[in-house]
Amino acid sequence: MTLFVLRRLLGFAVTLLLAAAVIFFLLDLLPGDPAQFILGINATPENVAQLRAQLGLDAPAWQRLFIWIWGMLQGDFGQSYTQNAPVADLIGERLWVTMPLAILAMAIAIVVGLPLGILAARRRGKLLDTGIMVLAQTGIAIPNFWFGMLLALLFAVTLRWLPPGGFTSWSEDPAAAMRALVLPSLALALPQASILARVMRTALVDVQGQDFIRTARAKGMTMGEAVWRHGVRNALLPVLTVLGLQFAYLVAGTIIVENVFYLPGLGRLIFTAISQRDLILVRGATIVLIVAVTATMLVIDLLYALVDPRLREGEQR
Amino acid sequence: MGKTIRVAGLAMALVLGLAGVVYAAPSEIRIGVALEPPVLDPTAGAAEAIDIVVYQNVFEGLTQIDQNGAVQPDLAESWTISADGLTYTFKLQADVTFHDGTSFDADDVKYSFDRIKAPDSLNAHKEFFADIESVTVVDPLTVEIKLAKPSGQFLFDIGRGDAVIVAPESSANNATDPIGTGPFSFVRWDKGSRVVLERYEPYWGKKAALSKATYVFISDTAAMTNALLAGDIDGTNNFSAEALDVFKADPRFKILVGTTEGETLLSTNNKKPPFDNLKVRQAMAHAIDRKALIDGVTYGYGVPIGSHFAPHHPYYVDLTNTYPYDPELSKALLAEAGYPDGFSATLKLPPVAYARIGGQIIASQFAAIGIKLELINVEWAQWLEDVYANHDFDLTIVSHVEPFDIGNYANPNYYFGYDNPDFQALIETLNGTTDEVKRKVLAIEAQTILAQDAVNGYLFELPQIGVWNAKIEGQWQNAPIEGVVLKDVHWVD
Amino acid sequence: MRGALRHPSLVLGLTASGLFAVLALVSLVWTPYAIADIDIGRRFLGPSLNHWFGTDNLGRDMVSLIMSGTLTSFVVAALAVGIGAGVGVPLGLAAAAWGGVVEWAVLRLSDFVFAFPAIIVAILITTLFGPSAINAILAIGIFNIPVFARVARGGALSIKTLDFVAAARLAGLGNWAIAFRHLLPNIASLIIVQGTIQLSLGILAEAGLSYIGLGTQPPATSLGLLLRDAQSLFLLHPSLSLVPGLAIVIIVVALNLAGDGLRDAIDPRLKQQGGTGVAS
Repeated sequence: MTLFVLRRLLGFAVTLLLAAAVIFFLLDLLPGDPAQFILGINATPENVAQLRAQLGLDAPAWQRLFIWIWGMLQGDFGQSYTQNAPVADLIGERLWVTMPLAILAMAIAIVVGLPLGILAARRRGKLLDTGIMVLAQTGIAIPNFWFGMLLALLFAVTLRWLPPGGFTSWSEDPAAAMRALVLPSLALALPQASILARVMRTALVDVQGQDFIRTARAKGMTMGEAVWRHGVRNALLPVLTVLGLQFAYLVAGTIIVENVFYLPGLGRLIFTAISQRDLILVRGATIVLIVAVTATMLVIDLLYALVDPRLREGEQR
Repeated sequence: MGKTIRVAGLAMALVLGLAGVVYAAPSEIRIGVALEPPVLDPTAGAAEAIDIVVYQNVFEGLTQIDQNGAVQPDLAESWTISADGLTYTFKLQADVTFHDGTSFDADDVKYSFDRIKAPDSLNAHKEFFADIESVTVVDPLTVEIKLAKPSGQFLFDIGRGDAVIVAPESSANNATDPIGTGPFSFVRWDKGSRVVLERYEPYWGKKAALSKATYVFISDTAAMTNALLAGDIDGTNNFSAEALDVFKADPRFKILVGTTEGETLLSTNNKKPPFDNLKVRQAMAHAIDRKALIDGVTYGYGVPIGSHFAPHHPYYVDLTNTYPYDPELSKALLAEAGYPDGFSATLKLPPVAYARIGGQIIASQFAAIGIKLELINVEWAQWLEDVYANHDFDLTIVSHVEPFDIGNYANPNYYFGYDNPDFQALIETLNGTTDEVKRKVLAIEAQTILAQDAVNGYLFELPQIGVWNAKIEGQWQNAPIEGVVLKDVHWVD
Repeated sequence: MRGALRHPSLVLGLTASGLFAVLALVSLVWTPYAIADIDIGRRFLGPSLNHWFGTDNLGRDMVSLIMSGTLTSFVVAALAVGIGAGVGVPLGLAAAAWGGVVEWAVLRLSDFVFAFPAIIVAILITTLFGPSAINAILAIGIFNIPVFARVARGGALSIKTLDFVAAARLAGLGNWAIAFRHLLPNIASLIIVQGTIQLSLGILAEAGLSYIGLGTQPPATSLGLLLRDAQSLFLLHPSLSLVPGLAIVIIVVALNLAGDGLRDAIDPRLKQQGGTGVAS
């Protein structure tokens, strides 16, 4: 087990290191001079050169890569060119929006999606099953940003139940902060809940035909008891995998929905940074997103191994 | 699903309970603006978004520009100009304090200008202040500024956001914690979300009516529309014309259409063939249907221009008929220039709606005369590098928002690549002339030369379309300079 | 075919997606109006005989835009599937056939690629080369690679243990021959099913990327771009948003139904093999 965990951790570290290098060298090729952008359209070439030197843009690329990675290991992501503030702080502030949003969306998806999936599996072939599956098919197919806009129009503009967007910081008013996240997380959760419902249903239906359920039924359990006691637990394995993937992509998906609800999340930070050629900021923010994705995968892998000991032994994965 | 409904219900209860806090009380205002400033120090960046938040609210200069574009006293209560036009003596306001409590005097003025002119200064508009020879403290409330040569624009230039007065004690932190002398002091900046200002009680002048002002950053038009409709913001200084009809018939809102200094151009690389050929440029000018363009981009709110000059300026002359829309004539001119079948070119478009939509319309208008345009969307930073700095472009669409910036055409190294010695001499004369009547004659001559040379495609003056809660008054209708000036803004019943 | 007919969702899905595909292909040679045909004078027209779905903010015919936009969306998603399958399937097969170091390398590589969600790849490519439909193709395509690699490997592994493969190996066939002669034909159906699902995800992902300005650029159009352009006009001209929005929903549902149906029709045992991907 220890060996397994160590191997996964090593893989995690190598992935991140490679990702950092890829991001760094890709962005190093970027057109657009941040110094020119900061100083604007009327700046003199001397001014621009001076600022370039001040920002340390003159050092060779590999040296800057090394400095960057070394700094990140110590929690120093560098200084933003354009915002004149530490990148770590800028990203940190945004994570307080992006992470709760992703977690809330995931929670909604689980709370809504899994029961619906179980329900559909229990009523397999019945009207309820068909209804849930039609809903799920549609839920997957609606673009989340479009759904978000419709939600905003209904709940914010027409009914005025919830704010149309924006964010009040947690420290200032936690209730308002929570309220601001309701509509965006619903928009994000819709396709996720639909996927979960489908996966849960399929997994349960598969499980129902298997030996241990038959054994359980032979021992006198009703189908419902058997599925609940044994089936759901076994069906959770494929669901867990999908959950991991979903969460990882939810974090990235927040970027799109943030736009609809003008939320100060990581996505908007990245877009501003791109348009201002703030390379250090783009790098820092993308690597943070990649850490989030990779770390989720790691946690799922470890959980998986915990649930299903067979996986730790051999090769697989 | 039950859970979801309960969450919504809980949220609704919270909204109702906290309504007084969430929606602005009559002495507070929430303003939606499209762009978030990168920093809050107007002397350390070119971004218009900085001035939108802090100009005349947090920071003040010796002079100020009023909403008609005229120069008014501010921290300088009065001034005298020597007979040769070279020495300005400013009498300063007494009893002025910075928001951190330190006092304002002549030393701060000297410090601010020396800071602009210092070799390591990062001021975005150093060239406006290049002619300042010296700044001398005469006494704590008197400052003398000497110029190298007379300038008709000097009093205007020191009223810009780039020349606001800062204190040596706090200037280093102004980027994130701005400290000025204005009627509002800075409270907090939630990055990506909003900036909060509050009334500065010890302000030296007339106190602001608003006790608190919040700038909310909303880049998306649909989101801005929702925010206005839902009452999440009380107004915006510049709304996209396309969705304006949502508010037209709604008595809760009022629409203020005003002028800006933004001449929107089809900027042309005059050094690069075939655009170095006057006939080609004339052909392009004849191919532009300004009416359709203005309707398409600004829904009719833009004012057509025929040269590089703001229509509301007293020196303006209407030259929109120099090359009227005439596709047949365009084709003839192209044939004369040696391009009977037209040619292909690129059109680089920065990330603003007037450029992105205008580009599509121009491309379709040019296609009609055989000029095939490839549209290339670029971000601002790339635009600055490619187009502005390296002149690597054929055509681009951009709005030149500086007031009275016709002098750019006298710079042969400017990105237009326009090199006309006669024009350069004319601008030289104009800059050295202080007599209003003579200046007007010279300015009209300058406009006419540019129009006839068809240096750029002159499209329209960008409008400023404010959408506000109908109960808010005192906001600027026009935008003679970048800023959303709050000191006269107030609620009425 | 008789087998297929027993799956009504398959028929429905294939018919609907086929219909849109035909509409899209027709736009290559004919649309009612040219989509570059801008005429401000006739903008925001309601539905009429001349313009079935009306006209947009630039006076362009909505039917033409939808046809052309569907083509772009399909092409982007299809090329992304092409990239994903073209690179991913050989990798997955190699992993299954060789095992050992090759398998380890393929798995690590696919872990690595999984760390880059499509949107991050799109952000990186856009910062490099500016936004374009090609970005979207590459970003979604790269995202698809590990999906196909895993499906191919998983399918191949389960077949590898079957007798006829062992027999082939005893007969002296090498890894290459086994991979291409025996494994590939047997997982083809699996790949087709996954391809259908990735196609629908690709169409959604393209919409998302175009919506935030990282995908298709004017004067070309795509369903996502149409949604983006219509977003701020929703309260005034809802049909401009509803028409492309519903088009996306119908296409994606149709493709998913087709994918599910294919899976059931081809081999019910494969049901649990296909992953449920999540793009964006």
